[in-house]
Amino acid sequence: MIPEVGHFALILALCVALVQGILPIYGAATGSPVLMSVAKPAARTQFLLVLIAFCCLGYAFADKDFSVLYVAANANSKLPLHYRLAAIWGAHEGSLLLWTFILTLWMFAVTLFSTHLPETMRARILGVMGLVSVGFLLFMLTVSNPFERLIPAAPDGRDLNPLLQDPGMVMHPPMLYMGYVGFSVAFAFAIAALLGGNLDAAWARWSRPWTTVAWCFLTVGIALGSGWAYYELGWGGWWFWDPVENASFMPWLAGTALMHSLAVTDKRGGFKVWTVLLAIMAFSLSLLGTFLVRSGVLTSVHAFATDPKRGLFILAFLAVVIGGSLLLYAWRAPRVGLGGGFDLVSRESMLLANNVLLVVAMGSVLLGTLYPLFLDALGLGKISVGPPYFDTVFVPLMTPAIFLMGIGPIAQWKKASLPVLAMQLRWAFGASVATALLLPFVLGKWTPLLSLGLLLSAWIVTTTLVNIRERVSHLSAKNFMSGLSALPRAYWGMVLAHCGIAVFIVGVTMVKGFEVEQDLRMNVGETATIGGYTFRFDGAQDVKGPNYRAARGTVAVSKDGREVTVMYPEKRLYSVQNQAMTEAAIDSGLWRDLYVSLGEPLENGAWSVRLYHKPFVDWIWGGCLIMALGGLLAVSDRRYRLVWRRERLEEPEALRPPDKSAA
Amino acid sequence: MKRFLLPLAVFAVLVGFLAVGLTLNPREVPSPLVGKPAPAFLLPQLHDQEKTFAPADMAGQVWLLNVWASWCGGCKEEHPVLMQMAQAGNVPIYGMDYKDRREDALSWLRRQGNPYPVTAVDAEGRIGIDYGVYGVPETYVIDKQGVIRYKQIGPLDDEVVAKTIMPLVKELQAK
Repeated sequence: MIPEVGHFALILALCVALVQGILPIYGAATGSPVLMSVAKPAARTQFLLVLIAFCCLGYAFADKDFSVLYVAANANSKLPLHYRLAAIWGAHEGSLLLWTFILTLWMFAVTLFSTHLPETMRARILGVMGLVSVGFLLFMLTVSNPFERLIPAAPDGRDLNPLLQDPGMVMHPPMLYMGYVGFSVAFAFAIAALLGGNLDAAWARWSRPWTTVAWCFLTVGIALGSGWAYYELGWGGWWFWDPVENASFMPWLAGTALMHSLAVTDKRGGFKVWTVLLAIMAFSLSLLGTFLVRSGVLTSVHAFATDPKRGLFILAFLAVVIGGSLLLYAWRAPRVGLGGGFDLVSRESMLLANNVLLVVAMGSVLLGTLYPLFLDALGLGKISVGPPYFDTVFVPLMTPAIFLMGIGPIAQWKKASLPVLAMQLRWAFGASVATALLLPFVLGKWTPLLSLGLLLSAWIVTTTLVNIRERVSHLSAKNFMSGLSALPRAYWGMVLAHCGIAVFIVGVTMVKGFEVEQDLRMNVGETATIGGYTFRFDGAQDVKGPNYRAARGTVAVSKDGREVTVMYPEKRLYSVQNQAMTEAAIDSGLWRDLYVSLGEPLENGAWSVRLYHKPFVDWIWGGCLIMALGGLLAVSDRRYRLVWRRERLEEPEALRPPDKSAA
Repeated sequence: MKRFLLPLAVFAVLVGFLAVGLTLNPREVPSPLVGKPAPAFLLPQLHDQEKTFAPADMAGQVWLLNVWASWCGGCKEEHPVLMQMAQAGNVPIYGMDYKDRREDALSWLRRQGNPYPVTAVDAEGRIGIDYGVYGVPETYVIDKQGVIRYKQIGPLDDEVVAKTIMPLVKELQAK
């Protein structure tokens, strides 16, 4: 009964989404306040309905209702409750329900925080989001219904993919989707602005916090996914340039460009057309990512449950949504105008250059991801594009981008002077070069890439310090400390996010430069030493988990004769799917990770064991978290809070006629 | 206007490729062995260890070589398809039991049914290396001259059999 309630709620949600997608947009075009006022209650109703559907599926999992096909395929009576709930988004149908749920959640958020928007604008935004939602609901109800019954019911379920039975994976999809779908808000703002023909600074200011929040979620989501790959796949890698990873990275690059472009549109009124295009691009890439992951056009280590028939639906949807918005763009954008002019050397030009670099980087990731598909489609053979391509393309593109990232915030709007900039930054430059040249020797090894990585991170940090000093000196504060506290949060957010990049680069550089890996056969009692740590293998015992059996190795680690830690890597065999999983043991630290994973059992209790010493590897994810925190700090800035406070004061007035009549 | 149409044009090309991509199977990996003579081997038979099996025994016939193992899930999935083909009797299917234990393999065949007139035993997986076995199951179509004409990686299903394998077998048999 409960699954039918969920199914019915989805059907109702589709009806509401159709109303929400058509009436308000039509109302905004004809100037009918009654039709426009439908948007808000419709969006809230739709949120409620999809929430009901989501809870119904959750209930089916919690209740182990194996008469629901999706539950039977992705859960098992022995699967612990928290993983049963996470199994809601463990495969295709449920992921889509999560997608749609998050879309309506963002809609609901828009209805809460949009009272300061003009009625027509809000109607159009919610209308566009409603149309996107129509596509997803239709998709679920036609070809991938999560509530489909299995009659007769299965005696027990086939269990969740063991790869996904992991705390990181529980959080990764919701975070990632919050980011993906969050770009739908910026997209809806852009389309609404194109429809209305008023692309002004106000539009950019409204879009900014939404874009930044979505970007934060996406950053955390990608970091979680990468962390998951690091400890769950047992290879010790943290990024594989796999199609599914690229699918999440492309919207991130476009979203990063969009955030910066919005800043220019907000502050200077420039880049309008470009910003609109980026907003369309960021969301299109989110949709494309969904398509690539869900359709099975590309092979991937992470592609779970793909189905080409569904791919056709998503492709058609993609063509309508993206094709439609690009058509609208081509039709409306020429009338927008270019906004304020700027000099060749100015903050605008640097932001533009960085934007272009980010978009080119995004394009090269897209090309690398789809290249095998292109060749295959043209009948030119099967190839796969791997890390060598991406590494070769990415480093040269990011190096100038990061160089500009240091200068941009210091340069003045509209017109800056190169000699002045050079004067301001000479110490920063000198200090960075010195660090890059000398530090590798202190660390005991010099390679060009090591030097480059250190140069870039030192450059970000030193230029940021210069920038803070400059900012404070302009404030004419009593002293330096009071000047620091007078700087707005949006500024500190930027500083923090940029420093996050520096931390990230340090992590990548140090891991690439200094990690030590050893694959060896270890007898019981045998030792091996890497990175100054001595690992002693004390054999493996059989242990039993709720839905798996495992061999758990015991590895004692010591340094200079002192015991550091004891690690327990596992090799698990999940009984239902008969799938072996490597559960690496990791001893994390600020300066290094020790990583042990079990390979295969050999005779006499010996095992093949893989040992890693990975200096600074946690800085990679730490950097991502710092970036996301920077974003959140920026969103908490006074200027946004002021808007919201003001709107609360104005609310009674805004709710007065004529739009009240429809409610 | 024209330059604003550019993103749309780029996107249209992309959609075209994606549409074609949907019709292709990314898991279909071409084997360098297709069009080459099947590597020779001499392996003991599963049911009668005294006897051996070699591809040369099959000269003059079109036949399928199916690489399987009792530990492999995909083999269980494709097994009904093989049983059907064996019953239809249009083309002989010979098995190669790959990196397996003899008693496991025998009891697996007892339970699932045996579509193979003869199964060769590649216990160490050495011949698998010659044939470039990526993973089990794999199926090779070999013609009268002993040349590999097609290689299926992963389980066979009704669609592949009806659309690819049987037409190819008929064509090769007619030659």
